Amino acid sequence: MLSGDNAVSGDNAARTRQGNNAVGGDVLNGDESVRLLGLQDKSSEAGMNRFHTVVATVDNKPGVLARVAGLFARRGYNIESLAVAPTDQDKFSRITFTVDVASSSLEQVVKQLDKLINVVEIHELEPGQSIERELMLVVVEVNTETRHNLIDLVYDFRARVIDEGNGRIMLALTDRPEQILEFEKHLREYGIIKLQRTGRVAMHMLDATVLK
Amino acid sequence: MTSIEMNGGQALIKALDREGVEVIFGLPGGAILPVYDPIIESPIRHVLVRHEQGAGHMAEGYAHVTGRPGVFMITSGPGATNAVTPLCDAFMDSVPVVCITGQVAYAAIGTDAFQECDTTGITLSVTKHNFLVTDAQDIPRIIHEAFHIATTGRPGPVLVDIPKDIVDPMSPRSAMTWYEATDDMMDLAGYKPATVGDQELIERAARLISASERPVLYVGGGVLKGRAVAELAELAELMQVPVVTTLMARGAFPDSHPLCVGMPGMHGNYTAVTAMQHSDMLIALGARFDDRVTGRLDGFAPKAKIVHVDIDAAELHKVRRADVAIQGDCKLVIAQLLEELRNIPSSSLPHGEREDWLQQIWEWQKRYPLVYKQSEPGEFLKPQHVLEVLRDSTPSDTIVTSGVGQHQMWASQYWKFDHPYTWVNSGGLGTMGFSIPAAIGAKVAKPDKMVWAVDGDGNFQMTAQELVTASMERIPIKVALFNNAYLGMVRQWQEMFYRERYSEVYLSYDVPDYVKWAESMGCVALRVEASEDVADAIAQANDIDDRPVVVEFRTSASENVYPMVPSGRTNSEILVDPSQR
Repeated sequence: MLSGDNAVSGDNAARTRQGNNAVGGDVLNGDESVRLLGLQDKSSEAGMNRFHTVVATVDNKPGVLARVAGLFARRGYNIESLAVAPTDQDKFSRITFTVDVASSSLEQVVKQLDKLINVVEIHELEPGQSIERELMLVVVEVNTETRHNLIDLVYDFRARVIDEGNGRIMLALTDRPEQILEFEKHLREYGIIKLQRTGRVAMHMLDATVLK
Repeated sequence: MTSIEMNGGQALIKALDREGVEVIFGLPGGAILPVYDPIIESPIRHVLVRHEQGAGHMAEGYAHVTGRPGVFMITSGPGATNAVTPLCDAFMDSVPVVCITGQVAYAAIGTDAFQECDTTGITLSVTKHNFLVTDAQDIPRIIHEAFHIATTGRPGPVLVDIPKDIVDPMSPRSAMTWYEATDDMMDLAGYKPATVGDQELIERAARLISASERPVLYVGGGVLKGRAVAELAELAELMQVPVVTTLMARGAFPDSHPLCVGMPGMHGNYTAVTAMQHSDMLIALGARFDDRVTGRLDGFAPKAKIVHVDIDAAELHKVRRADVAIQGDCKLVIAQLLEELRNIPSSSLPHGEREDWLQQIWEWQKRYPLVYKQSEPGEFLKPQHVLEVLRDSTPSDTIVTSGVGQHQMWASQYWKFDHPYTWVNSGGLGTMGFSIPAAIGAKVAKPDKMVWAVDGDGNFQMTAQELVTASMERIPIKVALFNNAYLGMVRQWQEMFYRERYSEVYLSYDVPDYVKWAESMGCVALRVEASEDVADAIAQANDIDDRPVVVEFRTSASENVYPMVPSGRTNSEILVDPSQR
């Protein structure tokens, strides 16, 4: 329940789940992605249902992830993607999470997260100004007939073959989340046996402004 | 310097002593036993409660009236779960308390050991921060951090959970070398409490305030927590701005001051509620636009620009978008504002409009004072009348604590708060049973002040056992028990909004017999049924200073609290007393 004059400008662009754009380059300007994907939905204008990527530097201590996750759970926000690992400093870990919330309520959650004693620093990454990467491991069915095309696909996506045997092949791809989805779509034709993604990690582009 | 070897339990008590702790409210049990042993030699007073919830509210009462952190200590499992309510209460009302809980031995954590519960997990969302101690050597540092976090920034509860083997001298894991923890040892990279406000924002706020024609100072508990009472008075007088004090801020500005408009909100007085509705400038200081103050949000103070000052960034723009939002400590930010406002030439202020505004406010006050109809002989007492007599027969700096419900609203309306830190109640969480333990904590902190707990019969039945604590520890609080035989506030809502269908709200005047009950707990007990006996009973209670006193007032069950803004309505739809309609 926010007052009427609290409308949030809809200029920070959509992060869409179906972001399977075929455009080259790492970064897609938000408006452009909306146009290219034909996703000019009303919700994005009102600042609703957006995917937001938030990066937090936290104390590398037990229980910190539970504190962070608890604030989302309490408000009923689903965390779409989550990656946690230590940084170059042993004392700190970095959490990258993507949540599906309206930007107006995200502002509140980011402030609440910032209040946590164990959160040292927290930023929302502006779409179009950040680099995102994710790793996928996937096991696919393979036989002599399909192998040739499958390997072509692996080369096209710059994926790697990790393991092979018993009519199965394990592949790894590190790329933008959109590319990972695109690769997964192609692999479905071969029969996916098992698939695991890490959740995205993200950093600001080197010349991007930091938004707090 | 020779190093001092000690065990974790000794280190914990020594660390508390070093933080200036005078009193611990608590109740021992298995997992916290080793810490209770060194208490025997310690200069710290321990108050043995009868229920852990009581210990928590006592610590809150202590903190409310002193500004210093209240400390309570309890055992693991059920001890800790009983502490959840006061922790949440302190969290909602920003009360600095430190809670020490015992925990099962470190190696047994997660095995469903006897009296084990996940205390840090359970209290995660009701504390400002909590710690699980895993090394006895960390105790002095963590205790220092806990007190630092509880008392700085937006104050709040901090819990320290300590496994038994870390404090038990029989365990090798309890061995530690004592050191005095200092600020530079604190490992709190992510904790940076706000201090002064941004100068540019201060200047913008000052310009808006001086240009406004119908300003209101909307004062919340943050002004008391920030010890900014003197600065507030200066600001109000300099700019001649009327002041509303929320339930958490009663006493932050003297009720007898001509600029004081009193309490706003669901049961606020007509003038306070209406002044905010008509205002063109709300200066919100340490207030959080709680739903009980705003009523239906889209109709709240529709013409007002907002200057919002809060130490907690998460409060800014949370409920109502501010025109100028300043993060900072109230005391410092008000001082900054004062400096800026003094530079604005008085000739540029809209004097005529401001005078009209004050005239309008005084007119509302004259037209819609708080009213009630005094009872006829033979009828039950009117609670408002009892409160007026109590107010007029006690020193002006009497500390009043309250439970939650009708009696709380009447107390906040009818008392005249002319001193800060004399009103102690449960605002945000609305915890029934708060008043008796809070009064005990307040009396321990301020033994020379008179402390009256205003309580309801439903509330009394929730925490009355702490009167045993008060008797045994010789803490002479006084309880004004408003017995109307009902859960009064719920009854009022059922009458007004559920077509008088009274569901599960009747308690009875006679069962329990409050006088016998109070006497059995070591109190002096009096019962008052006629209005001509009210003053005598209060005078008698005021004279007793060696044990707690309970005065049971039999009050009218059908009395409702007015004014009232019905839930879901805007503040412009305020219902005044039927006689004023």
